[in-house]
Amino acid sequence: MEGFLNALVVFANFVFIPGLAYGAQIALGALGVTLVFGILRFSNFAHGDLMAFGTMITILVTWWLIGMGVTLGPLPTALLALPVGIIGAVAMALLIDRLVFRFYRKQKSAGIVFVMASVGVMFVLNGIVRLIIGPNDQRFADGERFLVTVRGFREYTGLAEGLAIRLPVAITVIVAVIVVAALFWFLQYSRTGKAMRAYSDNEDLALLSGINPDRVVMVTWIIAAALATIAGVLYGLDKSFRPFTYFQLLLPIFAAAIVGGIGQPLGAIAGGFVVAFSEVTLTYAYKRVLEYLGFQPEGLVQLLSTEYKFAISFVILVLVLLIRPTGIFKGRVL
Amino acid sequence: MSFLIGEAMTGGYGGADILHSCTIAVEKGEIAVIVGPNGAGKSTAMKAMFGMLGLREGRVMLGDRDITALSPQDRVKAGMGFVPQTSNVFVTMSVQENLEMGAYIRQDDFSDTMAQVFDLFPILKEKRRQPAGELSGGQRQQVAVGRALMTRPSVLMLDEPTAGVSPIVMDELFDRILEVAATGIAILMVEQNARQALAIADRGYVLVQGSNRFTDTGEALLANPEVRASFLGG
Repeated sequence: MEGFLNALVVFANFVFIPGLAYGAQIALGALGVTLVFGILRFSNFAHGDLMAFGTMITILVTWWLIGMGVTLGPLPTALLALPVGIIGAVAMALLIDRLVFRFYRKQKSAGIVFVMASVGVMFVLNGIVRLIIGPNDQRFADGERFLVTVRGFREYTGLAEGLAIRLPVAITVIVAVIVVAALFWFLQYSRTGKAMRAYSDNEDLALLSGINPDRVVMVTWIIAAALATIAGVLYGLDKSFRPFTYFQLLLPIFAAAIVGGIGQPLGAIAGGFVVAFSEVTLTYAYKRVLEYLGFQPEGLVQLLSTEYKFAISFVILVLVLLIRPTGIFKGRVL
Repeated sequence: MSFLIGEAMTGGYGGADILHSCTIAVEKGEIAVIVGPNGAGKSTAMKAMFGMLGLREGRVMLGDRDITALSPQDRVKAGMGFVPQTSNVFVTMSVQENLEMGAYIRQDDFSDTMAQVFDLFPILKEKRRQPAGELSGGQRQQVAVGRALMTRPSVLMLDEPTAGVSPIVMDELFDRILEVAATGIAILMVEQNARQALAIADRGYVLVQGSNRFTDTGEALLANPEVRASFLGG
């Protein structure tokens, strides 16, 4: 029995909890991608770098706040700086839309033209971020490190294995739940949210009904940029901030949006967890878990080396597109 | 002078003209029906009156107002309701949300209008929480008409409202349309089912190649041997 509990603790500590946090971060990113796809009808490749941009502003403000002696005590100061980061990312997203995407909307360009334009935006944003903050790793999590420590858990339960819950992980899950609940309430019940769904459902009929497309597009960018910044800051607090990593996050985020059914907010969340748990469960070495269960495995019992975690997103993406192109929640076909 | 009139409309979707000096008019409380063979420009004539294609010549008057230059959106605000032939409901949204979107431009309380729509189409009240995409063809058309009625238009334009529905549902829809007309709304519709549509029409327009061929009361057109032979299948 104790062996089983220890196995469970090891599994929770190294697979379930990290997967939960990572899944929440991917889900928040995928929500932004899926909303932009639903309303503006293109896959925004600049989303990862918009995340990086918003996170960068949050980091700079965090450093400034810490320099001024302002902190949040046990909580990371970045939470205080987050609203400024969101405002910065929203401003950037609206500026980009004004300078780049609005032009193609007026031209009624094909979807692929938008995608290519977004690739250009991605490179520009990426360059801006590297120019300002540099290409290196930045850590900006201050305050308490742990909500539950390994030692505390062991002393409390008397088990051999300890379970740690790091504060950024707990914050990620709590913030994600609040943000997602607020977003769904907005989309489901508010006048603007309904107008967004109507526009996503049937653009011509929405125009006939007097829904203002410019306003719908603006609100979409505001929400997407806010979600991107929140996802980016949570990811950075949990791990660390590096512009290139954020660019790479694009792959699991797109995989999540497509797995869930692109254009479907609920699907983005489900997809986020599917992708995150696939990555974590397939790259974890189960040796210790199995030992506690009474097996004597010879190797590490690791299905894939962690270097292959991006390959997992790719494989999921390919499988979904082959078997069920509309995704879990019947989104649009790309 | 009619309440809504498209006078001597000439134009097309860029390129060759589809309409050639075509005139369509409808009075308040009346039903006008546009019939004719395939490719006669029936839908085009109606779309021209709703501002969905530019006119090279002619004009569209609503009441005393020249609305030729207005966009479709502005014509909705001016009191015109339009029910497209296809994709005329928000399939992922509930029946009630569809009606709410119909009333999007209204700032006042529209619950009384929604109650009227539910009185007109009782089945919609029953299915108000169901996504419109899950309804039958006839029920969807009711949602589409209801959505257009939410702005309390003075003119309602229907592009083939009975396309693809069963004869029984068609009769029921026509009954409802008569009820709508009885409230004083001008109704203009394009119909494939010419015989049944002319039977309820106060005024009928037979278009051929974008021009008016016959214009008369629905009854007179049904009785006209030439119209019967050429367009109503004997």
